[in-house]
Amino acid sequence: MSANKKHEATIYDDLQAVREELDKCMKCGNCMAVCPVYITDKVESGVTRAKIAVAQAVLDGELELDDPQVYSMLFNCLVCKSCMQNCPTKVNFDRIMLALRAALVRKNGLHWLKKMIFSTLRNPKLFDAGMKVGASLQGIAFRGVKAQKAIAPRSPFAMVGSAIGFDNNRLMPELAVTPLRERVPEVIRVAQPQAKVVFFTGDSLNYFYPDAGMDLVEVLVANNVEVHVPRDQSCCGVPVLVHGDVETVRELARRNIDAMERTGADYLITGCGSCGGAWKHDYTDVLSSDPVYAPKAAYWAERTYDVSTFLTKVISFKKPTGNVEATVTYHDSCHLKKTMKVFNEPREILKSIPGVEFKEMSQPDACCGSGGSYVLSHYETSSAIGRRKAEDINKTGAEVVSTGCPACMMQLLDNVNRFGNKQKTTHYISLLAESYRSEKETVDR
Amino acid sequence: MLDAAIIEKLKAIVGPGNVLTSKVDLVTYSYDATADVPHQMPDVVVLPNSSEEVSQIICLARTSGTAIYPRGSGTNLSGGTIPLKKGIVLSFQRMNAIVEIDAANLTAVVQPGVVIQALNNAVAPFGLIYPPDPGTVTTASMGGSVAENSGGLRGLKYGVTKHYVMGMEVVLANGEKVRFGGKTVKNVTAYDFSNLFVGSEGTLGVVTEITVKLIPAPKYRRTMMGVFRTIEDAGNSVAGIIKAQVIPATLEIMDQMTIRTVEDFAKVGLPVDAKALLLIEVDGMSDEVVAREAEAVMGVVKENNGELKIASSDAERDQLWTARRNALPALASLNNTVVLEDATVPRSRITDMLVACENIGKKYDLTLGTFGHAGDGNLHPTILCDKYNKEEIARVHQAVDEIFEAALGFGGTLSGEHGIGIAKMKYLGNELGQSGLNLMRSVKEALDPDYLLNPGKMVPLKEV
Repeated sequence: MSANKKHEATIYDDLQAVREELDKCMKCGNCMAVCPVYITDKVESGVTRAKIAVAQAVLDGELELDDPQVYSMLFNCLVCKSCMQNCPTKVNFDRIMLALRAALVRKNGLHWLKKMIFSTLRNPKLFDAGMKVGASLQGIAFRGVKAQKAIAPRSPFAMVGSAIGFDNNRLMPELAVTPLRERVPEVIRVAQPQAKVVFFTGDSLNYFYPDAGMDLVEVLVANNVEVHVPRDQSCCGVPVLVHGDVETVRELARRNIDAMERTGADYLITGCGSCGGAWKHDYTDVLSSDPVYAPKAAYWAERTYDVSTFLTKVISFKKPTGNVEATVTYHDSCHLKKTMKVFNEPREILKSIPGVEFKEMSQPDACCGSGGSYVLSHYETSSAIGRRKAEDINKTGAEVVSTGCPACMMQLLDNVNRFGNKQKTTHYISLLAESYRSEKETVDR
Repeated sequence: MLDAAIIEKLKAIVGPGNVLTSKVDLVTYSYDATADVPHQMPDVVVLPNSSEEVSQIICLARTSGTAIYPRGSGTNLSGGTIPLKKGIVLSFQRMNAIVEIDAANLTAVVQPGVVIQALNNAVAPFGLIYPPDPGTVTTASMGGSVAENSGGLRGLKYGVTKHYVMGMEVVLANGEKVRFGGKTVKNVTAYDFSNLFVGSEGTLGVVTEITVKLIPAPKYRRTMMGVFRTIEDAGNSVAGIIKAQVIPATLEIMDQMTIRTVEDFAKVGLPVDAKALLLIEVDGMSDEVVAREAEAVMGVVKENNGELKIASSDAERDQLWTARRNALPALASLNNTVVLEDATVPRSRITDMLVACENIGKKYDLTLGTFGHAGDGNLHPTILCDKYNKEEIARVHQAVDEIFEAALGFGGTLSGEHGIGIAKMKYLGNELGQSGLNLMRSVKEALDPDYLLNPGKMVPLKEV
């Protein structure tokens, strides 16, 4: 990025370094056509060019970074990068937003609650223990909704939580009692592997969707790939980066790089657009001035693939023959499509499955409104965005909505339950795994 | 600063959620898409939901002499929505309902905040289109484009916004609501008020509802590109196509500077030694007629030593359009400030105007590229400069002065589609003369004697 080269300090260390990036904005307003927040709120402060104007006012000393209004505006953004796809002058708005949030943290420190949560992320054992306690206690606050393998808040908690959408109808995935990384061995060897990969699971697949993670491993193994799943990997850091806590991200990045290095794998595989984006872009960016880890981050950035890209471009995946009778649509996760540029590959996989009737929805790459913690902090806007997505899904008539990012799966689960026809939500890789399994059953019989 | 009591009354009219007063919000309504014009924060932003509310807001503003700045999406290129005198920004972003689509009468009724593309999406299932297509078609509002009388790429064949407005509801500066025009093709009742308010840039009244004409969507089209070694050959082709009695839907031109910048930016395989390039699209309801028109165009291009590229599929069409679509982004990537003009000349003077722009750029040592709508004479000389370099900005201003002088010299006009706003107000006298300026003032004062509506635009404020 040009701003990085010209200034010694990265944009995460010195806000002035983003001025050149801000100046690229012509205020043409093309971002208004795609910004999910603007389309919902219909007020200028929601849209990208307005946030750039406010950032310029901050740099010019006309506004204070920690003005509560500035603060609230900065966090009223999903960092979905839709605007960047529509920007004629290619403003790297995601970097601007993260730089602003990092500057805010430098100025005022982290909010105590965020500090508490993020510090547990730095300590994976503590975080892991916490998630397991959460899994065992979730029955108190939430009731199970068996058909969807999901949970919904019980009434006293629902009343308190209804302001942020934790009402009786809120569906969330069950927190897994046994996380993914404890369900699989650290190395799954196959005879004469065609490749050796390390699976970076990320926390969402580990704790919320371990079944999808298992499916991913199963698909790789079925394709004769040796899979490493190191237990000592941590959160990718994207949830922390979007809150401006760059130091924690740097620490997580170094630790994850070490964990991957120890496996001796040739490729790094992800099943989450945000995790993949961290490896492909964020780590090289935040570690750019680290003499030891910058080259390592660059090494892994080149070897990181979403599992769909690995299957279709790096190896030639085994064509599925097992039948999966379903009408399926696909939602493009923002980070998978707009950061990792992966959108054809999952469709190629879905269309290769016998029995799957693929139906494209209108605007498949419109943000679903999740934005990580945005769904918690801005539930009303998030829900309005999710509702539009659910309505587009409904129009396809599909009974299954697939995607490539666990955060989107959570958001889709809640919104097809509220506004949709309670379609099944799934990771696209699970449909391929199902096809492989049904093929095996047929053979076994 | 506005009296707190007025803010409270505004809240009572539109609801507290539709009144914005925080400094952050005011900063975000201090600009529009125009470069090199002053920015100003309003005192308050109000988002009305109905014409009744608009009327009450105007009546309230009258009592305190507060300026009112109507605003759609704020994508205009003449400083038309900047609240120079502070006061109230009246934003129509939330007043965005499509009231009616009448396929039998080929009309639609919309509120001003409807985005142009949203109207097109809504009428597409009926096989209809709303033709005016400014570059900002996916973001600009109907109200804003009516106020600015926006043009676009299809202007040559399909006309501009004013050709599609059949009637409207307007709230006047005295607070009265008035409706005129309607769904009838013919209507000579009273003065032609629609044509008075279209293009009035919010200085005469506030448009609160618009009835527009729709047309059947053309079913067939052919797209081609002509590459030329001289500007004269390109200019003669434009004249030749029209002389052959073909009216293309699109007839766009790019000069060498633009071609080279686009190629550098997007690598689409343009010949960088070409002096000019024409993008031509013919369309219509019959395949046969469209094919015949395409043949005629190809003949003219060849006669004028042009090298032809013809799109034989949608993908190839898209490729040809990529060059044109990238013209502004590519030029804009060269520096931090884009001064985009829209001086317009009679079609026969296109060559002269392109040469004049090139020479002016050289004279003032500026990075200047020109592209635009050759078919209707509407060019976009575009200057890329550094806003932090005062000396360069001074040269930009001199160059802009000369561009307008050249356009007027060729029998053209200051603005083909961007409007006057703040940016071109000082040049108005050069085109209209003193009597024209007097007429502007008479019309303004007849409708808005106290200069409440969009003050400081089109008609200069009176010296006190």
